[in-house]
Amino acid sequence: MLSELRTIWEVLKHTFTKAETVQYPEEMPYLSPRYRGRIVLTRDPDGEERCVACNLCAAVCPVDCIALQKDTREDGTWYPEFFRINFSRCIMCGMCEEACPTYAIQLTPDFEMCEYDRQNMVYEKENLLINGVGKYPDYNFYRVSGMQTATKDKGQAKNEAAPIDPKSLLP
Amino acid sequence: MPTIYIDDQALEVAQGENILEACLNAGMDLPYFCWHPAMGSIGSCRQCALVQYQNEEDTKGRIVMGCMTPVTEGARFSLSADNAGEFREAVVESLMLNHPHDCPVCGEGGECHLQDMTVMVGHRDRRYTGKKNTHRNQYLGPLIHHEMNRCITCYRCERYYRDYAGGKDLAAQASHDHVYFGRHEEGVLQSEFSGNLVEVCPTGVFTDKPFLKHYSRKWDLQSAPSICSGCAVGCNIAPGERYGRLKRVHNRYNHEVNGYFLCDRGRFGSGYINSDARLDYAGIKKPDGSFMAVHQQQAIDTAVGWIKNKKVAGIGSPRASLEANYLLRELVGAANFVPGFSDREAAILSTIVRTLKTTTAANPSIKQMEAADAILILGEDVTNTAPRVALGLRQSVRNKAFELAAQMGLPQWQDAAVRNLAQDQRSPMIIVSAMDTRLDDVASQCISLPADDIAAFGYGVAKALSGEKMDDEAVNQVADILFAANSPLVISGTSMLHEGIINSAVAVAEQLHTSGKSSMLSLCVAESNSLGLALLVDDGQSDRAASIPKLAKRASKLDAVIILENTLERRGASGEIQQLFDADSKVISMDILENTTLGNSDLVLPAASYAESQGTLVSSEGRAQRYFPVYQPSAERLPSWQWLLKLAAGCECSELAELEYFDQVVAACANSQPALAQLVDVAPLRDYRNQGLKIPRQTHRYSGRTAMNAGVSVHEPQQPKDTQSPLAFSMEGLNRDEPASLIPYVWSPGWNSNQSLQKFQAEVDGPLKGGTSGAHLISSDGLGAVQPQVSVTANLKPHQWHLVPVHRVHGSDEMSINTDEVAELAGRPFIAIGEKLAEKLGVVEGDGLLVTQHKAEFSLEVKILSRVAKNCVGFSAGYSETLELQPGDLVTLVKDESWVYPTPTMIATDRGAAHV
Repeated sequence: MLSELRTIWEVLKHTFTKAETVQYPEEMPYLSPRYRGRIVLTRDPDGEERCVACNLCAAVCPVDCIALQKDTREDGTWYPEFFRINFSRCIMCGMCEEACPTYAIQLTPDFEMCEYDRQNMVYEKENLLINGVGKYPDYNFYRVSGMQTATKDKGQAKNEAAPIDPKSLLP
Repeated sequence: MPTIYIDDQALEVAQGENILEACLNAGMDLPYFCWHPAMGSIGSCRQCALVQYQNEEDTKGRIVMGCMTPVTEGARFSLSADNAGEFREAVVESLMLNHPHDCPVCGEGGECHLQDMTVMVGHRDRRYTGKKNTHRNQYLGPLIHHEMNRCITCYRCERYYRDYAGGKDLAAQASHDHVYFGRHEEGVLQSEFSGNLVEVCPTGVFTDKPFLKHYSRKWDLQSAPSICSGCAVGCNIAPGERYGRLKRVHNRYNHEVNGYFLCDRGRFGSGYINSDARLDYAGIKKPDGSFMAVHQQQAIDTAVGWIKNKKVAGIGSPRASLEANYLLRELVGAANFVPGFSDREAAILSTIVRTLKTTTAANPSIKQMEAADAILILGEDVTNTAPRVALGLRQSVRNKAFELAAQMGLPQWQDAAVRNLAQDQRSPMIIVSAMDTRLDDVASQCISLPADDIAAFGYGVAKALSGEKMDDEAVNQVADILFAANSPLVISGTSMLHEGIINSAVAVAEQLHTSGKSSMLSLCVAESNSLGLALLVDDGQSDRAASIPKLAKRASKLDAVIILENTLERRGASGEIQQLFDADSKVISMDILENTTLGNSDLVLPAASYAESQGTLVSSEGRAQRYFPVYQPSAERLPSWQWLLKLAAGCECSELAELEYFDQVVAACANSQPALAQLVDVAPLRDYRNQGLKIPRQTHRYSGRTAMNAGVSVHEPQQPKDTQSPLAFSMEGLNRDEPASLIPYVWSPGWNSNQSLQKFQAEVDGPLKGGTSGAHLISSDGLGAVQPQVSVTANLKPHQWHLVPVHRVHGSDEMSINTDEVAELAGRPFIAIGEKLAEKLGVVEGDGLLVTQHKAEFSLEVKILSRVAKNCVGFSAGYSETLELQPGDLVTLVKDESWVYPTPTMIATDRGAAHV
């Protein structure tokens, strides 16, 4: 009895509260920056592609909607020759972002992805790559990693000592 | 069998093994780095620590290294004790102090033993805040990528490269935390087995450079059990494919054949499969000589029109599968079928088949060869003609060391101790050859003789073994050494194309058997299916004279000739071969790559490579092994056996009309020859199921299924169905406990690297749980093979030399040379002479020599060898430029004054792969 009365009271109370429903699309809801929407590929602070084609996003993707092929630049650094996301399969779970060791792949608050033709839901690298750093302004993988690049010699990465000369007799 | 206790659990273990092996055999996960089943223990990485207790009352115990502790009756250990676990974690933590932050851009990532072990011990955070050591990398040639920062100093690379494979140019340098593994200066690694560093290194210091260029993670590769087609040894391989491209070749364990290791031709020589010179479509030659691409059916209809109810001959191929050769033979009739060897090779191979069917000596596997305690090699540079056998021979000379160790009570796995004990003492290996061989460094005796004298030497040894005293003291000595051995091994082969040498090797092996030894006789043949094809056409008669030149002579009487995967210019003099193409008969060829034979044909059919088709190859051991398609052939390519079945169906060829499945072809082929009867046992039939499931070619974590084809169409195609084999082009199925011939890749939970192999082995370093793949086709009647003594003495004029073929791992093989990296290593064709002759001719290495044979003249680069028999000069065998030169031919040599020194050719294989 008490339960029923309480329920009626709760329902009546809601009659006088402000509606949460908004008139989308005239009125846009606020989405936090960490909302999981359309996936982008970001660039590092130097403007280079962050993705190193390590394949971890593809491996972790539960619907297997990411495919890419690694290629190598002149200086030995890795980048994706192609990078494809089939958004018609993507479930926006964000596992790819969690797996990414270089902060390259990021989910954005944009969810407005409607197409009449399903083929248009297939995004290639040129559709995914943005001219920005996304949520992580400072990170550049190659500055941290021990790999030598065109602009960074051995021993110049973060926390690295100068290269050892194995022929030296000094301790 | 001692009983030991691990965490109070009683384990029956084998006498003489160590605790690490015992744990792995019991299915326990004990981490390790430096121990390797083929190389034993040295206890350098300190990773396989566990606690040993004095007795039941002892609760404290002490930490011991599993790989260095032999099992003893009643010994008590703990793997799970806290202090052991903490110790192992601390070891990984210290190994990771200097490990660079580069797993995402490392070619080992995802199949890294260091990653697996780090996860296994539970280490996560680097607590040390000091700087990381860094190292400069070296350029190690087009095959191996070096990234020294990743090193954990386990010493496996050095132990493999120097101790196991006999390499000289890779070593540990410096000390303490400066230790460096590399060459004394940058340059191409000289060992023919350098590629195994990729699999031996537990992390990413040495990675597969060609694979890195089109890299995919291990979990993304589609693999299938396959057999190397680089030579006749028949190593088991596991090629991996993605996006329609053959990405890499990995070793596939076969206890009796290749074990854990491959040669560089096998590992890196398959790049031709991705070559632009592959044929995609069938083509009909137009009157102007160019080809018009036609559809499969149109090509078949055209071919059928040319061959149906006509006089047709067929040329088989020692590099095509047994089944394809069989189908061609049935299609054209046995009388019209030519096996496709050169004349000399055909004669020698028929001798070899006769020998193997009657000899009293065993035809050994590599595993058996490793047990030989005296070796006689007659005229064969095994390292270059049957490379993996040579790696086995390098182990067999260590039997002396194991003998000494046994006397001292040392187990074989105590690697450093055994090597220290034996120092340079080795079991005897006598090499009788015309020139340097790559095994000279471990041979007890090297004798340089011209081809005929090698044969005479062999016969001499046989005579000396029968008790006769020979004039030549060296002969008597060799006979004494072989007589003193328990299981002597005699090796020869077809590379010199000299029947006398082979016959003399047979004579020695037979005589050893007569003397009461369990002798072994191994005869190397040239190509992956040479022996299979020889068995197929063997009719028991000695000299059946179906040869390509004879066929060419009667070509005008034929209506058509079908050529199966054979480049005829490699099989005989160009003039003779040309007759075949000049005749009015239609020539139908099927092959993998563009070549001169295809160019001269009227109809060409694009054949699938070994990675896209299935078939059986017979190794020189007489072991028939099946290879399965890794992926489906693209464009309009078809496996040759399917082309031939389609032609047979078009011709309404009654015997072949019934055949639809590969298994049926195998069964028909097995029925056709008593010697091939075992063919049906080579691999399970297509309806085999593992616990009701097919065996997956893809790993369970194969990624990108819903995106890889989405660029073409978002509508995902169905996975291709494999109706011809028990394997599936899918990730669904069960890759566990299947027959050995069906294992596509190795993986086990927690073991992502190739070290997961131990989970597939019945015991550590033993056969696989599913047995050993392959079936022996040849069983000897044991009556003894006596071959006639062939004696040839050439009359040399002054300034004339005998040509001796010099084979090269990279360069002599027809197919692998079409791989960029192999072509780079093969270099230019050469003429090899001794130092004295070079002085006489006034040339140095790199100069040119004019080689005149009959009337033909060749200008070749000079290579200088240290050991050359009298009156002999070597030439690069199998190089397309020197195909006209034949072993045994007489030539004259003059310095080429107009020799143009070629500028060093940099092939762009190294483009973009920074190594510093």
